[in-house]
Amino acid sequence: MKFLVCISKVPDTTSKIAFTDGDTKFDENGIQFIVNPYDEWYALVRALELKESLGGSVTIITVGGQADEPVMRKALAIGADEAVRIDAEAKDPGYIATQIASYAKDKDFDIVFCGKETIMYNNAQVPAAVAEYLDVPFISLATKLDLNGNTATIERDAQGGVEVVELQTPFVLSAAKGMAEQRIPNMKGIMAARTKPLNVVPAFDAAETTQVVSYETPSGKAECKYIDPENMDELVSLLHNQAKVI
Amino acid sequence: MSVLVFADAKNGKVIKSAFEAVSYGAKVGGGSCIAVTYGDVSNADELGAYGASEVVVAKSIADNDSQVLSALVADVAGQKGANTIIFSQDFTGKAIAPRVATKLSAGLVSGAVDYPTADFTIKKTAFSGKAFANVKITTDNRVISVLPNSVGAENTGGSATVSDYAGDVGVSKVKIIESKSAASDGSVPLPEAELVVSAGRGLKGPENWGIVEDLANAMGATTACSRPVADIGWRPHHEHVGQTGVAIRPNLYIAAGISGAIQHLAGVNGSKVIVVINTDAEAPFFKAADYGIVGDAFEVLPRLTEAYKKFKASN
Ligand SMILES: Cc1cc2nc3c(=O)[nH]c(=O)nc-3n(C[C@H](O)[C@H](O)[C@H](O)COP(=O)(O)OP(=O)(O)OC[C@H]3O[C@@H](n4cnc5c(N)ncnc54)[C@H](O)[C@@H]3O)c2cc1C
Ligand SMILES: Nc1ncnc2c1ncn2[C@@H]1O[C@H](COP(=O)(O)O)[C@@H](O)[C@H]1O
Repeated sequence: MKFLVCISKVPDTTSKIAFTDGDTKFDENGIQFIVNPYDEWYALVRALELKESLGGSVTIITVGGQADEPVMRKALAIGADEAVRIDAEAKDPGYIATQIASYAKDKDFDIVFCGKETIMYNNAQVPAAVAEYLDVPFISLATKLDLNGNTATIERDAQGGVEVVELQTPFVLSAAKGMAEQRIPNMKGIMAARTKPLNVVPAFDAAETTQVVSYETPSGKAECKYIDPENMDELVSLLHNQAKVI
Repeated sequence: MSVLVFADAKNGKVIKSAFEAVSYGAKVGGGSCIAVTYGDVSNADELGAYGASEVVVAKSIADNDSQVLSALVADVAGQKGANTIIFSQDFTGKAIAPRVATKLSAGLVSGAVDYPTADFTIKKTAFSGKAFANVKITTDNRVISVLPNSVGAENTGGSATVSDYAGDVGVSKVKIIESKSAASDGSVPLPEAELVVSAGRGLKGPENWGIVEDLANAMGATTACSRPVADIGWRPHHEHVGQTGVAIRPNLYIAAGISGAIQHLAGVNGSKVIVVINTDAEAPFFKAADYGIVGDAFEVLPRLTEAYKKFKASN
């Protein structure tokens, strides 16, 4: 089985978010970057588990600049066999999806794994768009995946609950919590990652379809109003009369 | 501008988030829009009250497959000459909107929390609720996916003509084997819930969740939890809210025994009103709270349940 895992670079979850240049640019000053948790913990680890039990290979792909290579090495250290970096600025989701699909289209990957969304833009667009370009089925928010030959059985989060679905490879999926457990890379993995291939591929031609004009930080909350723990009638009355939420 | 809205349906009914999407579509369309839905739906005409002038129903499509439904939406958009397509950023919308955008070479803004400006710049959540981005669509065709519970559904009292979809968009390659309801108690699923009662490690153990459930049941609220609580198996995974769990935007979020770590806040700070119950007056969650109670959840939650029941009985 040949698996492709789409890996993106995001600010560490503890990052304080700030902007520069008149709120038009994300301030990367002092920001630690990590592999997007959904890509690392769920998509990559499940792909590796399947490779370990069924044989095959796991390739990771990132659309981005050289600055993305450290997080790609992390994914290699966890166990991916090889890495591909498409040398293009990760402009918008449609652009990124075109890059990934253009690379993947003649390579016969059985499953393309993505995270459900990046914790940076929360777009949840790239995976379905890649599936559309490749003209294959897409399973979103997969929480469990088993393979039997070319038949995949997948549990996914759906409206009002969980669905179990069955389909044939090839397809694209987006991974959510439950797919696998986080793996911490060991020393051997980290050493091996240094010599694994990281191929840089030039960008494919693609159009931009959206543009981030500016950012805003949420307006600060008003002071918290403290309520006597003995007096829950007051809280209920405030929720009803002042906040009007009950 | 001609606006088409995808209205998701489940178990024979157009679902709640679809009404909000139609209201949004009607506003963008200057008073009205066309809606498309599928399956054996009984309430398609109700979309008229929320601004749809016309509803197209593809009766032969039973399942929520992204390939089939995106082909349907793109085809209806072509037939009706719609250049602006609206989705709800719910389960089905998330899977279809990017495919439709790709088919139509359209820019897509997903997770929109407001209406577009004249030059089609749209405010959306970013950084898991720690910020917003204003994103401009630069293509002629446009797709917008609206975050549930961000603009609300507005009944304007109109009516719609309902017609059957005639085309053929193929069959799904995905077979649905089983459909299980997550909330076996019949409560509203978390992403759609307007009232949420949540608890964390401060509750000490799974055997203590009765007081959380009592309050949730009394209020008709849905229960949620912090990540460690789901990780140690005190609560099911689907209740985990936060940056790496479910992001929610209820009207009211009550958090008991949760410290308010930045990753937790990221998934809940879109809530309209936050109530925090914590023994530690220094807990970071109080900075994000509208109402704070410095106290023991084991005493405060039952008291709040009683106070709510008393209020309900007299209102
Ligand atoms: C990469 C990453 C991603 C993460 N993603 C998430 C996420 O999505 N969601 C999430 O929730 N967390 C997430 N976390 C974990 C997060 O950092 C915190 O560890 C977690 O939210 C803490 O959970 P808690 O508040 O339940 O527990 P604690 O931090 O242990 O807090 C318990 C609180 O209960 C209070 N308390 C104790 N006894 C009582 C009592 N009797 N009555 C009232 N209050 C009491 C204490 O004062 C304390 O404030 C993530 C962490 C990482 C590193
Ligand atoms: N620049 C990128 N390079 C490779 N994969 C990406 C990139 N951006 C997003 N992805 C993948 O697409 C998923 C969803 O991203 P998004 O649609 O941006 O929320 C991520 O979890 C990744 O798996």
